Amino acid sequence: MRQISVTVNGTRREADVEPRQLLVYFLRETLGLTGTNVGCDTSTCGSCTVLLDGQSVKSCTMLAVQADGHEVTTIEAMATNGELHPIQRAFHEHHGLQCGYCTPGMIMAADSLIREAAGPLSEAEVRIGLEGNLCRCTGYQNIVQAVMAASQEMQGGVKARAGKGGGS
Amino acid sequence: MAVAERTIGTSPPRKEDPELITGQARYTDDLTMPGMLHMVVVRSPFAHARIKGVDASKALAMDGVVAVYTGADLAADWAGPLLMAWAVSEDLKNPPHWPLTKDEARHQGDGVAVVLATSRAAAKDAAEAVEVDYEPLPVVVDMEAALADGAPLVHEDQGTNKAYTWSLKNGDVDAVFAAAPVVVKERYVIQRAIPTAIETRAVIADPSPAMGEYTLWSATQIPHIVRVAMVVATGIPESKLRVIAPRVGGGFGSKLQVYAEEALCLLVAKKLGRPVKWVEERSENYLATHHGRDQIQVAELAADEQGKIRGFRFNIMVNMGAYLMIITPGTPLLGAFVYCGCYGGDAYEVNFTGVFTNTTPTDAYRGAGRPEATYAIERIIEALARKVGKDPVEIRRLNFLPAFTEPTPMPGGLSIDSGNYDATLDQALELAGYDQLRKEQQVRRERGDTKQIGIGLSTYLEMCGLAPSRVLKALNYAAGGWDAATIRLSPTGKVQVIAGTSPHGQGHATTFAQIVADDLGIPFDDIEVITGDTTLAPLGMDTYGSRSIAIGGVAVHRAAMKIVEKTRRIAAHELEVSDEDLDYASGTFSVKGAPDRAKTVPGLAWSAWTAHDLPDGMEPGLEETAVYDAANFVFPYGAHICAVEVDTETGQVDILKYVAVDDVGVVINPQIVDGQVAGGVIQGIAEALFEEAVYSDDGQLLTASLTNYEVPAASDVPSIVIGRGPELPSTTNELGVKGVGETGTIASPPAVINAVIDALSHLGVTDVPRPASPENVWRTIRSTRGGDGR
Ligand code: FES
Ligand code: FES
Repeated sequence: MRQISVTVNGTRREADVEPRQLLVYFLRETLGLTGTNVGCDTSTCGSCTVLLDGQSVKSCTMLAVQADGHEVTTIEAMATNGELHPIQRAFHEHHGLQCGYCTPGMIMAADSLIREAAGPLSEAEVRIGLEGNLCRCTGYQNIVQAVMAASQEMQGGVKARAGKGGGS
Repeated sequence: MAVAERTIGTSPPRKEDPELITGQARYTDDLTMPGMLHMVVVRSPFAHARIKGVDASKALAMDGVVAVYTGADLAADWAGPLLMAWAVSEDLKNPPHWPLTKDEARHQGDGVAVVLATSRAAAKDAAEAVEVDYEPLPVVVDMEAALADGAPLVHEDQGTNKAYTWSLKNGDVDAVFAAAPVVVKERYVIQRAIPTAIETRAVIADPSPAMGEYTLWSATQIPHIVRVAMVVATGIPESKLRVIAPRVGGGFGSKLQVYAEEALCLLVAKKLGRPVKWVEERSENYLATHHGRDQIQVAELAADEQGKIRGFRFNIMVNMGAYLMIITPGTPLLGAFVYCGCYGGDAYEVNFTGVFTNTTPTDAYRGAGRPEATYAIERIIEALARKVGKDPVEIRRLNFLPAFTEPTPMPGGLSIDSGNYDATLDQALELAGYDQLRKEQQVRRERGDTKQIGIGLSTYLEMCGLAPSRVLKALNYAAGGWDAATIRLSPTGKVQVIAGTSPHGQGHATTFAQIVADDLGIPFDDIEVITGDTTLAPLGMDTYGSRSIAIGGVAVHRAAMKIVEKTRRIAAHELEVSDEDLDYASGTFSVKGAPDRAKTVPGLAWSAWTAHDLPDGMEPGLEETAVYDAANFVFPYGAHICAVEVDTETGQVDILKYVAVDDVGVVINPQIVDGQVAGGVIQGIAEALFEEAVYSDDGQLLTASLTNYEVPAASDVPSIVIGRGPELPSTTNELGVKGVGETGTIASPPAVINAVIDALSHLGVTDVPRPASPENVWRTIRSTRGGDGR
């Protein structure tokens, strides 16, 4: 067992963890944050995506001990004071989810993608930016629409790049 | 009085979403019970092996390990094997399928033992310490090899690998073929697919030993059917067993199953008196969750010189895998009637041969039988077009059944509810810019470009809304095809809809609420929908085969109409008029000629609850149940057009444009319908271009992880263009609805493959293997050009 201290969703959490415990199971089983899902055992699906110090990571590719001293943000912290995050709202309005299993990971990956971009994202940028996250239900069409809409809302003031990624 | 606005045809954002987008939804793996044990299944690494002994002593000595059970240990505890519900023919071989095999492993991943421990990690470690003494046996994975004389037998005691034969014949097929001036015949291989829902399976069995009661949570599409099957397997009476499908992360048919782990968790929970949880790992999912497709088809059409079809004949071999699961033998039959597509003809024959092999069992995968049927007819009709020198559009128009809005017979022997095949094709051609694409193709041909354009069509007929119970009896399926809904009004006029379908992404809570909102004039936000729980929703047949709107939705509507009838009597009584003197619209009863004298359904719910002044003999309360058994299937149809660019040097295929025009009858929620279409089309494109389950000759699944089995990412697929056609109401039900969950997966593979072939037709290519991966396309080009294909 090793003691770690991780700031999760703004709260400092201290815990003894097994050195082999993956971050995703620390979140799900030790902290009870079950919004982060597990969809594979090969770091392929992206269902487990969270933010580590603001950047998206697959929490099944990291050990809990590697998060020691870092900040982790999960889907549970995206809405604040009952207000949905713009990406959550966009997924709802654009029907960017069906079964919802990939959704927390998609939203976290999209958040990092949007914030790291210089301006609103084009369709191609969203599709490439989310290639580490698999969805089996939606065919991605409405996920892409939702992320583009959220990107417009979050980054619209930065720089409008006209004519890109219209879509239906 | 203001009339509530209709919600049908509009897209209120889904009721399901808030908990899903905030991470608050609870899937099975999110649940924990006090004192819960974790189960891990020890699986055979061999595709075929005799189990000579199991030594669990090392495992049992490990920390946290509570028990290990082998197939032999549990043999006496089972009341029966896992349910196989579809004995399609007299000659069917149905070897019993036990949750753990006792004697022989018959496919890689066959369960041999279970380990129970206090943590997931401990159970995993201990499973690796269980020593099984295997004696490898000869393996057969190829269907044709399995039917050859002297082939290794998957089930020695059955004496053959032939699981069954089944035929459907209308008209004098042999005579029609003998007399036809044109006959085309081709062979197609539909590769094995792995459904790959992003949530793997998961089960928790929670016993209440003193009460003899059990709750089973399972990531399933079919809680009601699982409950019946668990009675068969474990002997626990239905009255003591509650099955709950909580939030379920996709199914695509793979969770339309009764699985060993459901029975094992229950039985072990019963033996140990403790809750037991099992969560499938992804690589385990590839071995232990059923696969789909896997057919070898010989397709034939008989036609006149113009290309007008006279006869259809299809001989099809279907890979069952190692065992028959719930509807393994019946899955191909779900497509048996639509091998004619939307075309006419005088004679029709479909023959299936089911074959056992040492592979994971197959069963329903999105579309279940209809994608295979559609692939066969939409490929062979293009072969006919080539033979008689017609354009793919022309050959289809020549053979379409004429438009109709009343039930009309088709060559497969059923009666179609409504259709206008030219109309969907017209719209698809327009949306695709077909003429422009053909011009562009011509230009590139003439220039001799490396990258060539191909255009592929698929004009399909889908048959869904499973299913009229009488038809199911005629096909020898063990259960019925009805579904049920209860509508309960609270005293203050809020509504609970309790439905027997069990969603896993389809949006039933939203769609059903829209139906009730319009029927009862009650705000959408005041309606809650309850599903997926055999105690809360005891009557139901669950979700598969695009049945939820066409069967379940109609049951919801009928229950709402019963509420209208009861409230009409209360309204008439209160207004002191006769029932016939009342008009009804959107929740308001008003006296004919005196519209100010009116009562609304929510107000009448209060009257029904107080019961102070009800008509004589009327029971208090406002709750009605309807059970709907359809008289016929529903038949969505449409036209899909795919334009691809194929690099003739590398074999790379890129989709330039994809148009899906689907007439699914009356649309309740357009946004949800578009979502189903897009998801289905991309899943079908994935089968056409990327995905393939590959076995080695010794039965090792080579694509047993998400890195080897190529589920496409957003960057691999296009956005598609969606059209709706003439939206002819179904004549099967009063809502006019048809199903939409599977149309995309049914229609798209032949559209894509036809496009790839079309792009290469100038090179003499007439066939491309599925998936049309760069390697497969490149080899095809090489071998057609006379190279050696290496
Ligand atoms: S669980 Fe699949 S990438 Fe982490
Ligand atoms: S919504 Fe089901 S996997 Fe994405």
